[in-house]
Amino acid sequence: MSMIEARGLVQVFQTRQGKKKTEVRAVDGVDLDIAEGEVVGFLGPNGAGKTTTLRMLTTLLKPTAGTARVAGYDVTTESEQVRRNIGYVSQAGGISSYARAGEEVMDHGMLYGRTRQQVEQRGKELFEQLQLDGLWERTARQMSGGQKRRLDIAMGLIHDPTLIFLDEPTTGLDPQARANLWEHIADLRRKHGATICLTTHYLDEADALSDRIVIIDRGRIVASDTADNLKAAVAGDLVDLELADPARVAEAARQLDALTEADVEIDGNRVSGRIPQAGRAVPGLLRELDRTGIVLDAIEVHRPTLDDVFLELTGRSLRDAEATETGSAESGQNEGGEAA
Amino acid sequence: MSFLHDSFIVFRRQLRMNLRNPAWVIIGMLQPVMYLVLFGPLLKPLIQQFGATNAYTFFVPGMLIQLGIFGAFFAGFGLIGEWRDGVIEAERVTPASRTALLFGRLLRDLLQLFVQAVILVGLGYLMGMDAPLGGVVLGVVITLLVGGACAAASNAFALTVKSEDVMAPVINMVMMPVLLLSGILLPMTIGPKWLLRASDFMPVRHIVDATRDVFGGEVMTSAVAWGVGWSLVFFVGAMWWGTAVFKRENS
Repeated sequence: MSMIEARGLVQVFQTRQGKKKTEVRAVDGVDLDIAEGEVVGFLGPNGAGKTTTLRMLTTLLKPTAGTARVAGYDVTTESEQVRRNIGYVSQAGGISSYARAGEEVMDHGMLYGRTRQQVEQRGKELFEQLQLDGLWERTARQMSGGQKRRLDIAMGLIHDPTLIFLDEPTTGLDPQARANLWEHIADLRRKHGATICLTTHYLDEADALSDRIVIIDRGRIVASDTADNLKAAVAGDLVDLELADPARVAEAARQLDALTEADVEIDGNRVSGRIPQAGRAVPGLLRELDRTGIVLDAIEVHRPTLDDVFLELTGRSLRDAEATETGSAESGQNEGGEAA
Repeated sequence: MSFLHDSFIVFRRQLRMNLRNPAWVIIGMLQPVMYLVLFGPLLKPLIQQFGATNAYTFFVPGMLIQLGIFGAFFAGFGLIGEWRDGVIEAERVTPASRTALLFGRLLRDLLQLFVQAVILVGLGYLMGMDAPLGGVVLGVVITLLVGGACAAASNAFALTVKSEDVMAPVINMVMMPVLLLSGILLPMTIGPKWLLRASDFMPVRHIVDATRDVFGGEVMTSAVAWGVGWSLVFFVGAMWWGTAVFKRENS
């Protein structure tokens, strides 16, 4: 069964800069199919339209154009049924800093029409599963970032949704807390069979968690495939040579060039280029360099990263895109967590 | 009935959080007491000049409306904090009625106002206020209508601007003329004609007048009709606004 089926989703925001009104197409024609049980990661810089897409799929935002069926229901005409079947953990979380954790989770569950007994039992189970034991009475203010984030997730799961949306689940967490949270997110599928949609601007996170990665840039989906396939589509591994004698770079570049159709770059005493299946080609290259008496200070072989994929698809590095687009369309519109 | 159920869950959550905050409870209780104890005595020697006989029968109705309006205006500040914590959004992805999210909060504001009104009226009686119970009940109903309207408007405004920095100056700007032109502390009739004329255009003055009349045992006056009319207009208008904002996509 298809859990999400979106066609031509568009979201246009009106923004005002001084007196001039401008239209921002935060999401610009997104088609998306997500099958039951899939874990899909939306990767893209801040402002790419990830959160806005999620907000349309979770009925928080009405699409300017296009249609979407989520968990079998139309997001505009059957929004209540959609909400009943999904869990959404926003960037800001959803727990008041001053409320006690357990009560907050129970109240949330009761808004789904569950009884007090049901939500108390389920809430305590979730606290145990998410390593929140003993924090039932505590307020979110007194928790660490990782605990708070796990609490947000417990709240999103209180009504046992079959489809879960996680918006930037680990932003702002330290590496240990992130790794811990990844375990819990992976568990959601392993133990609950849930379908998960998560957004992230961390490459390693998309890589570690997702079956499939959807790369979004400037409101459009530019690629959608498994991490391995996406990386394989990038023209090979990056081989980076550092020469002892800068005078021989041209010669080394020629030898490297013979192995690849891509461009070879020269930078001082460094020569680099992408070679398909470097593992097989490099020994031959080294023998040839050795034979012609070119001495290396260093050689490095990099497998392609998702950043390379992003660069290949958009012509920009994910980090550059981040730096230039922070604070555009997405940030002003919605999430409170953005500024943090 | 899920609307009432949802409203109740929201109401209970709000109330629980407020009651755990001792400052909220103490300030809420002390406000009416301080006005009566610290300002009421100043009116006593002046009361003859107002054309009234009992300082507290004059003063308590004004205080009621002031509590109703000014207390409720600040209701929206709490909402901005909640919005920032993501609470509003989390509630909006549940199947709960979005109107119930507003309504539950308003119930909390109205309960707070009701308790304050009871303290104010009770203390007023203790200090010598002379008012018929029926009139007092009607006065409290008017207060709740106005308070509900202000709380709804405050919540709607808060969720529209989502910023304390915008909200605080706007509330100040609204409160100044209301306080000065509605005769809450001193009656407009003791001032010059032009000021009285100006206050005719301040709806809250008519609401204060109406509350004073019912406390004085006069129910069938034109002032009461105007005051109750304005309260209803405010109430309906603010509810409509609040509901529209809470229902709106993307707030």
